[in-house]
Amino acid sequence: MKHLEEKIFKVIMICAAMIILGVLVYIIATVFYRGLPSLTLDMITKLPGGGFYLGKEGGVLNAIVGSLYIIIGSLAISILISVPLVMYINFYLPAKSIFSSLIRFSLDILFGIPSIVYGAFGFALMIFLGVRASLLGGILTVAMLIMPIMMRSFDEITRLLSHELPDALLSLGATKYEMVKVIMKQLMPGLVTAILLAIGRGIGDAATVLFTAGYTDNIPASLNQPAATLPLSIFFQLGSPVEEVQNRAYASAIILTVIILILSFSARYFSSRFSKNKI
Amino acid sequence: MRRLRAAKDKTARYIMLGIAIFTILFLLAIGLSLFFKALPIIREKNLWVLLTSADWKPFKGKFGFLPFILSTFYVSLIAIIIALPFSILTSIYLNSYASKSVKRLFEPVVDLLSGIPPIIYGVWGTLTIVPLIANKIATKFVEYSTGYTVLAGGVVLAVMIIPLLISIMVEVFRSIPKEMTDASLSMGATKWQTVKRVILRKSVSGIIAATVLALSRAFGETMAVLMVCGNITQIPHSIFDACYPLPALIANNYGEMLSMPNYESALMFSAFLLFIIVVLFNGLSRFTLNQIERRYQF
Repeated sequence: MKHLEEKIFKVIMICAAMIILGVLVYIIATVFYRGLPSLTLDMITKLPGGGFYLGKEGGVLNAIVGSLYIIIGSLAISILISVPLVMYINFYLPAKSIFSSLIRFSLDILFGIPSIVYGAFGFALMIFLGVRASLLGGILTVAMLIMPIMMRSFDEITRLLSHELPDALLSLGATKYEMVKVIMKQLMPGLVTAILLAIGRGIGDAATVLFTAGYTDNIPASLNQPAATLPLSIFFQLGSPVEEVQNRAYASAIILTVIILILSFSARYFSSRFSKNKI
Repeated sequence: MRRLRAAKDKTARYIMLGIAIFTILFLLAIGLSLFFKALPIIREKNLWVLLTSADWKPFKGKFGFLPFILSTFYVSLIAIIIALPFSILTSIYLNSYASKSVKRLFEPVVDLLSGIPPIIYGVWGTLTIVPLIANKIATKFVEYSTGYTVLAGGVVLAVMIIPLLISIMVEVFRSIPKEMTDASLSMGATKWQTVKRVILRKSVSGIIAATVLALSRAFGETMAVLMVCGNITQIPHSIFDACYPLPALIANNYGEMLSMPNYESALMFSAFLLFIIVVLFNGLSRFTLNQIERRYQF
């Protein structure tokens, strides 16, 4: 009897796992199946031409470049803030300090705040500062979104580092700052993993840039011009009644999916390399 | 030379301390600024009316959030109901049954599912789930449905929160000491009996925490839900009705309605509502999960 139950539940569990795997394949397959016929070289090399949203020629280069600009800018900001913070919690504060658990706890909560709330907050902040929907606004808001992601994953990797190397460095007379500089080299693959994860989240998120970055058919030339983004480009094209434009939305969705696939697999590659290098 | 090194060290320490304080204050700053932006509408309308009235006519100055709150709640509830059994079964399988190679195959699957952007889930939902509901499922229960429904939102959301649930639950199951499961197995219990009597019973608090965390993720999910759930202001009466969750309300209207100060404040109120719920839920479940992790660390 109990062996029958064992078998039944094992089958159910395998089914559940297979269904989840199947859904992933189904999602990717759907996007590729619908988008592939419309995916031409023009899509990734041309700006939207006149009448692009009525089905005439052009591409989504504006959105690709816009997304790239925004992610590069917000990455720069979040790396500058994340790295010192993680070093501080791990090597400056005592191992079980209340302050460090308070910081980690607020990171956990910041991580859970929905992107639409960051979007609304970012927009309110921009109105307060007198900034219009622009590249700068997009960069700042996306930075808010990806900062907790980067901090948490980098912190998790840093925590795995054994304390032998830091202790050895300190005993050789290095100041903590010098120690951290050496340790950072050791942690590089971990930082890369954290960065890739953050890019993945930042580049695909539409709700943060919806109000803050605006939308344009051109490539922004300065920080206070609006910038198009890939997710919003998909969203707007999808809203069009013209079928060709909708098909292009699916093609743009392929571009975004491929970017995410590449990011995800390289993150995995770097994190596996990291675990090999671990002392 | 030595003084210079010491000075560098000190400067770095103060900068880092500043950043650390900034991070904690940042959370407060978001909460407070949303609150003060929402204050005009709370003052004018009374909090209770805002939360329980179903009358939403912003142009006539009526702001009842009940349809949006209920929509958010229903969609998230359906998502949890669908996602929970799949996640628990898969996590148990990965933890107690699967071979190393299956585990290694599943890691990228979970990673990818959590990495796929909401907009792609939305595209997938409109292409597959919505027509499926409109043509196949809804026809069996109601006369007509567009497919853009509570159910569509729930299904898409379920897929989106599954990776979060699995990754937390695997951690929770892993935190159970091996001695306990070994003891059960050596007494002649089958693997499933061990799962049922030891692992699941020991992880109840962890499973609840994971569920609450996933629920708060579901509350805030915007783009994917917005694309599949219809966006009609009404209290949905069945899962085949269209609905209009809070995040979709903000996304669709914020940015264009700045000319009406009341409306802006009302939208900020919904953002504040989301913020408070998410912070509470997240805080509680993270606290529980940290406790579990600490309990089994040594």
